Amino acid sequence: MDLYQQNIMDYYKHPRKQGLPTGATHRGDMANPLCGDKIDLHLVMSGGTVTKAGWEGEGCVLSLAAADMLAEYLQGKSETEAGAVDQSWVKKSLGVSPSPSRLKCALLALEALQKALAKN
Amino acid sequence: MALQPGSSLKEAFPVFAHHRELVFLDNAASCQKPVVVLEAMDKLYRTSYANVHRGVYQISEAATAQFEGARQDVARFINAASAEEVIFTRNATAALNVAAASLALGLKAGDEVLLTHLEHHANLVPWQEAAKRHQLVLKFIPVTEEGRLDLSSIDELINSRTKVLAITATSNVTGTVTELDKLIPKAKAVGATVVVDAAQAAQHLPLDVQALGCDLLAFSGHKVFGPSGIGVLWGRMELLSSLPPFEFGGNMIQEVSYESASFAPPPARFEAGTPPIAEAVGLGAAVKFIQQIGWGAICDYEEGLTRYALEKLVAVPGLRLIGPSTPEARAPVFSFVLEGVHPHDVASILDGVGVAVRAGHHCAMPLHKRFGLPATTRASFTIYNTEEDVNALVSGLAKARQMLAL
Repeated sequence: MDLYQQNIMDYYKHPRKQGLPTGATHRGDMANPLCGDKIDLHLVMSGGTVTKAGWEGEGCVLSLAAADMLAEYLQGKSETEAGAVDQSWVKKSLGVSPSPSRLKCALLALEALQKALAKN
Repeated sequence: MALQPGSSLKEAFPVFAHHRELVFLDNAASCQKPVVVLEAMDKLYRTSYANVHRGVYQISEAATAQFEGARQDVARFINAASAEEVIFTRNATAALNVAAASLALGLKAGDEVLLTHLEHHANLVPWQEAAKRHQLVLKFIPVTEEGRLDLSSIDELINSRTKVLAITATSNVTGTVTELDKLIPKAKAVGATVVVDAAQAAQHLPLDVQALGCDLLAFSGHKVFGPSGIGVLWGRMELLSSLPPFEFGGNMIQEVSYESASFAPPPARFEAGTPPIAEAVGLGAAVKFIQQIGWGAICDYEEGLTRYALEKLVAVPGLRLIGPSTPEARAPVFSFVLEGVHPHDVASILDGVGVAVRAGHHCAMPLHKRFGLPATTRASFTIYNTEEDVNALVSGLAKARQMLAL
């Protein structure tokens, strides 16, 4: 298993959804003090649909690639679909199954999403 | 064949027969185990295991003799005045918790405890808790940009209110070897009790508690090639005799009624319950293994390895070393950041080429904050590591830069 396989590196080096959208209705931020990773995930929700999603943050390849994949996926999804994203979606999208210590990195953006949805 | 540091020593460690290509550079966290340690523990369990002390049957006597023999081995390892000054604990953290909580009982509000900015959480958080409970004031010796202690205000920091100096002998992040020879006499001169955290130092430097002149010293078994689950708190007998017990139960008592109990003298007073018996025997074998190699050979070898590693590491493009860049008074523990590459990615990419390092804050969050970093990658070397291991690290770092630095 290669954490640095092509699709992950592609999202890391060429993020699609980096940058926070204006007029966000849902905001979630998560940090891992153990390694200093930080992800801010903002959504613009209109009529129960995510019309825009974007993120800002710093971290390792896994945490940032996973954040970008998540934000890309969320755009156009209903609130229910957004709320249904789980660990297995993250692993499937990355195409790798990180070791327990690295899984935390991959799940940071998902936790930010859960926080964003819970707050509203 | 005589044991000597370097690649031939890998033969004494079964893990390297199991993983032939393993470049193990996480020795600051825990060391691999030589076969003599494994055999000593295995032999005890197979031939003469029983609970220690008080058993009047033969194998309990045999187990007790081995357990107490290990205490003597440890006493020789640190040149303690007597084996009774050696208390077996769970690890260095447990030993430092006993030190902080017990010493604090004798202190009063406003008394100062002097630490350093290099401390591992194990020699920081117990003092923070003690300070809360007893209204003590924590003071810190700062560190320089190079990661050495800044002693410019030491004469103000060590003053008549200083009741404890608790200090690491070697930093687990920067590798800095602290100037105990200067600091301990200053602290003793104002009547302070001196606690030394030797968890990191114990695999790199000879420790002579009598020459150091400290009062308490802690280290872990697993960082000196012994098993996990055992540590040591050494204390001057006069001090140990004056400290109350920390935990209560079997073995630590003299006489018990339903209403009250009197306590055994040290070391039993501080060893409530069944101790880590096989672990003590393993630790005894480990410290004898170190002494068989010899401190002269170890220090010479590690100094050469440190020099070589520093030369190679400072030449890596984009590498910022957190710690002294010169080999004097420094252990082969190297924490660094690589520009453009997150420490987790450095560690994962190195893992991909068989090099085991650690990424994170290494239980020293405030020290990382001091250097403006949430995390670093740490490569820590010991007696079985070689210049080839340094080369493997450096070529892995080049790969990481090539893959990720934009």
